[in-house]
Amino acid sequence: MIEIKKLHKSYPIGKDSLHVLKGIDLHIKEGEFVSIMGSSGSGKSTLLNIVGLLDVHDEGEYYLNGQLIKDMNEKKAAILRNKFLGFVFQSFNLISYKTALENVALPLYYKGMNRKERLKVALEYLEKVGLKEWANHLPNELSGGQKQRVAIARALVTKPKVVLADEPTGALDSTTTDSVMDLLKDINDEGMTVFVITHEEEVAEQTKRIVRLKDGVIISDEYTKAAKAV
Amino acid sequence: MFDLDRWREIFQSINKNRLRSVMSGFTVAFAILLFTLLFGVVSGLSNFFKDAFADDAQNSMFVRVWKTTKPYKGLQLGRRIQLRNNDFDYVTDEYASKIQYQSARIYKNFNLKYKNNADSYSVRAVHPDHQFLEKTVIEEGRYLNARDLKERSKVIVIGRLIKRDLFGEKPALMKRLNVNGISYLIVGIFSDDGGDNEERLAYIPVTTAQMLYGNNDYISQINLGYDPNLSLDAAITFGNRLEKDLRNKLNIHPDDQSALSVRNMAEANQNVGQFMFVLYFIVIIVGSGTLIAGIIGISNIMIFVIKERTKEFGIRKAIGAKPSSIVTMVVLESVIITTIAGYLGLTLGTVLLKAEWLREVLEEYFIKDPDVSPGIVMGATIVLILAGLIAGYLPAKKAANIKPIVALRAD
Ligand SMILES: Nc1ncnc2c1ncn2[C@@H]1O[C@H](COP(=O)(O)OP(=O)(O)O)[C@@H](O)[C@H]1O
Ligand SMILES: [Mg+2]
Repeated sequence: MIEIKKLHKSYPIGKDSLHVLKGIDLHIKEGEFVSIMGSSGSGKSTLLNIVGLLDVHDEGEYYLNGQLIKDMNEKKAAILRNKFLGFVFQSFNLISYKTALENVALPLYYKGMNRKERLKVALEYLEKVGLKEWANHLPNELSGGQKQRVAIARALVTKPKVVLADEPTGALDSTTTDSVMDLLKDINDEGMTVFVITHEEEVAEQTKRIVRLKDGVIISDEYTKAAKAV
Repeated sequence: MFDLDRWREIFQSINKNRLRSVMSGFTVAFAILLFTLLFGVVSGLSNFFKDAFADDAQNSMFVRVWKTTKPYKGLQLGRRIQLRNNDFDYVTDEYASKIQYQSARIYKNFNLKYKNNADSYSVRAVHPDHQFLEKTVIEEGRYLNARDLKERSKVIVIGRLIKRDLFGEKPALMKRLNVNGISYLIVGIFSDDGGDNEERLAYIPVTTAQMLYGNNDYISQINLGYDPNLSLDAAITFGNRLEKDLRNKLNIHPDDQSALSVRNMAEANQNVGQFMFVLYFIVIIVGSGTLIAGIIGISNIMIFVIKERTKEFGIRKAIGAKPSSIVTMVVLESVIITTIAGYLGLTLGTVLLKAEWLREVLEEYFIKDPDVSPGIVMGATIVLILAGLIAGYLPAKKAANIKPIVALRAD
């Protein structure tokens, strides 16, 4: 599903450049549930953004669903994102003037689905994350956990192959963290590839594979007890 | 490709971000409002000037005489100039091809009396052509005619207000009027757009007046209507030549303006034309200034709005929006807001210009029936819509091409 070979990424800082990813090799197969761990500034988000086509890499190769990602223009990237990827961000990134239902339905709008259908599908997904009753509320009327579940519903609504989550529980307390992780587990059980960044051990342990990043290189990559239990 | 969903998306964005929409709209509405008022006021000024000259025929010319102020050919200054019938005939003979109407005028002041009602009025002794030069409108009966002149008839045409003063509601036509002791037959009653004074006048045949009052061939003034086919320049040249010829004929110094002058409406028309030209020139400058201010206003607000929305665009792109769909959304929003705001400004401006109280105020400043041609305002609105389009397009294009990751970080 995701295949990365000798991936490098630097950010220009004034005249210098900051070498953030220094030759990453990573292969994630379809249906895996992977977490990336590492201290702050180790390059986790950078990696996820490249995987999510939100940013571009400098060197190395990246295959998404077998397709080499190279010289992507914004339009092609947008189509691929809409087709293959769903995002969950730490800060939710819901559109403030749209209701929960409209937020969830928005990716389907860009897919070209008609309004009636997409509202129906969006409502199904809201129900799935337990927020059917909140469908017509604006984001600022929802709690953090509820917002994140709306964001997850939005990430899932296009039935993506991969769900990318950058510290989805970073802004949540422990009970809501659990409910969000349960959701991600359910998604993975349904066969979706889930790729999540975290710096909480408890969160990482609920995934099936933990990749540890330090100073832009992978220092360990192993399956968890959860994976072995299956 | 009418896409209902796209419009729904746009209207939601406009509607849910009302303050922002109103702010961007306000500049446009205000610019169009000013523009409308400005053009209204100028059209009002123009109407006023057109009206001010509507009393007399647009092509009229007056030959007036007074005392000489310059000695000439051994003649002293202070000499009183008198026009006579032969001067009148001279003009007819020399300039027939350039003249449409011609009439003499002798000014008199008579006591007019009918039964017990009497008062003093101005009476003018004239030729039949005078009716057209003065734009006299016959309400009852007829004007003076050639036969009256030939027979030196004692007939009189009285103004509407003289009739009212002396006859009230009773009929006046074909009644006998006592004019300084001489009985005249009222053959006509007239009205005139020139105001009350013009309707408290009476007209009698010039020949009758010359016979009865002095038995001479004096006339006070010659009124002409030049051929309306003459260009303004040709008419002015004609007036100048006429002035020169008459001064020559009457032994007046060629530059003695006081002794004999030709007042030519062609010159006044030319002046008004120049005045209006300057006025419109100013309006075009001020109007374009207003529009440019409007355009700059929209552009600034659009830049601000798009900056504010960068993060939203990032989110939309992360979930699959193509850059083009974002550009389209922003541009259409901008165009819709400018169109609606422009329409509001236009409507408000038009309503204001039609308001009675404002019209009354404006009339005191020589602004009459202010009105705007829809064409001009539509033009201005189209300019603003185009401006909204460009103002929306450039920054939106820039914002839409920001990498989503950068856009998402914006706040
Ligand atoms: N757009 C950017 N420009 C410059 N430096 C950046 C940019 N994004 C991230 N960095 C830097 O790259 C390093 C890795 O960042 P990031 O991938 O966000 O780390 P993590 O998510 O692991 O905390 C950090 O030092 C960060 O400051
Ligand atoms: Mg990070």
